[in-house]
Amino acid sequence: MQIDAGDTAWVLGSAALVLFMTPGLALFYGGMVRSNNVLSMMVQNLATIAVVSVVWVVAAYSLAFGPDAGGGFIGTLHFAGFAHPEAPVPGLHLTVPPLAFAAFQMMFAVITAALLTGTGADRMRFAGFLAFAAVWTLVVYAPIAHWVFSPGGWLAHRGVLDFAGGNVVEIDSGASALALAWVLGPRRGWPRDAMAPHSLPLTVVGAGILWFGWFGFNAGSALAANGLAAQAFVGTQLAACAGLLGWVVVEKLRTGHATTLGAASGAVAGLVAITPACGFVNSLAAIVIGLAGGVVAVLAVGIKYRVRYDDSLDVVGVHGAGGVVGTLLVGVFATQHVNSAIGSRGLFSGGGLDLLGEQALAVVVTIAWAFVMTWLVAQVVQRTVGLRVSESVEVEGLDTAVHAESAYDFGNVRAGRIGA
Amino acid sequence: MKLVTAVIKPFKLDEVKSALESFGVQGLTVSEVSGYGRQKGHTEVYRGAEYTVDFVPKVRLDVVVADDDAHDVVEVITKAASTGQIGDGKVWTTPVEELVRVRTGERGPDAI
Repeated sequence: MQIDAGDTAWVLGSAALVLFMTPGLALFYGGMVRSNNVLSMMVQNLATIAVVSVVWVVAAYSLAFGPDAGGGFIGTLHFAGFAHPEAPVPGLHLTVPPLAFAAFQMMFAVITAALLTGTGADRMRFAGFLAFAAVWTLVVYAPIAHWVFSPGGWLAHRGVLDFAGGNVVEIDSGASALALAWVLGPRRGWPRDAMAPHSLPLTVVGAGILWFGWFGFNAGSALAANGLAAQAFVGTQLAACAGLLGWVVVEKLRTGHATTLGAASGAVAGLVAITPACGFVNSLAAIVIGLAGGVVAVLAVGIKYRVRYDDSLDVVGVHGAGGVVGTLLVGVFATQHVNSAIGSRGLFSGGGLDLLGEQALAVVVTIAWAFVMTWLVAQVVQRTVGLRVSESVEVEGLDTAVHAESAYDFGNVRAGRIGA
Repeated sequence: MKLVTAVIKPFKLDEVKSALESFGVQGLTVSEVSGYGRQKGHTEVYRGAEYTVDFVPKVRLDVVVADDDAHDVVEVITKAASTGQIGDGKVWTTPVEELVRVRTGERGPDAI
């Protein structure tokens, strides 16, 4: 197919937007942790960009999007090291250079791994997390991406619809977070000690950047500058708004207070929910999906207290639960009027329950693979590099104890000098 | 010489400072503290988790005065800092053994 300048510009710009989401995540998460751990959260996110990008080029891109090795399970290493950069992904007929597509997808792998920094807040070893992120990208992210996003993938063959990563990014990270939280164990003093966010202004700025970048994430997944991208864009916006309102209304009713953190989280939950759906549903459906995402997420984040796992920044409750909601609702609201490629498959389009069934299968399979493999990877890292810091380090705070830095110096008292 | 210490509500600082200046006090030290007495703290909510915060922000004033002025200064502060609402704070005095003005080396009550 011909390379189209407009499509290429949009995909490259979208790749940059998606990359921007990871520093945005650093702010979003950073504001939510305590002040003696904010730098550790941020540098874990920055370093994840570095590690996962390299792993992507070296092998993960090929495993995800390379020619299928058989059965739709995993790609070969034909594209390892970005070899044959002019060769298109088998089955994908794009009007953008394959390298642009590879770069765009790189940013998805980056942010998915980065989401897991939120689960291990305040207690994850730096080197341990980076080792974990590298291996996880290869054995958890790449296979799921192959199953769903690659035309050779077995879930794609079954007709599973995931426009921008409801399975590949959101459910994947949510289920992985659950396993990681389990292996890591809770923070010292959790859940009784106060571990309130130290700077919600940072979190709000981060949420804004995530919202902005998500237009690249969702509308960029149209892989063309066209009407489908426009619909995905609009749906993304509406879902963020509905998610924000849904969360805030529910929390007002339950706790008596509408909070800033709730508004920021609700917007993110709405964005999560629309991620698989934005290229398949119309604008009104996007509102419903975003609302469902926000409402389910605000209720889901409380589950960790009852089941007793310390998923510190609610990757399971927001990304996992929101991703499941959105992925299933694709089965209800998908319509060929938005995306002619899918035929009359949605429940409300007269397609019956078939699509919903395939979406549910994808949900179950993604959760199972992500959970089990993450548990394994975490166990291996725990026994080799080490996954969790010692208790004294955790008590002191990772910023000074691990990184020899402090984030804030607002006071008059600053004892210290250069040299011994 | 006496050290008069007061813990007051932060928004009352300006009024207390003005009242002390009118009385003739020429300097004081202020610090930001947290405290609680019979005033309860407050609740904060983050993603549904309710945190009970016992401590309330207060301002602490420290001022060294002559023995003869100590009682009056306590009265001045008490009156200026009062709102009648719970959490108004406390004022107390302690003896000062030695006092020096760093710039000039003056000692004792001359350094006040």
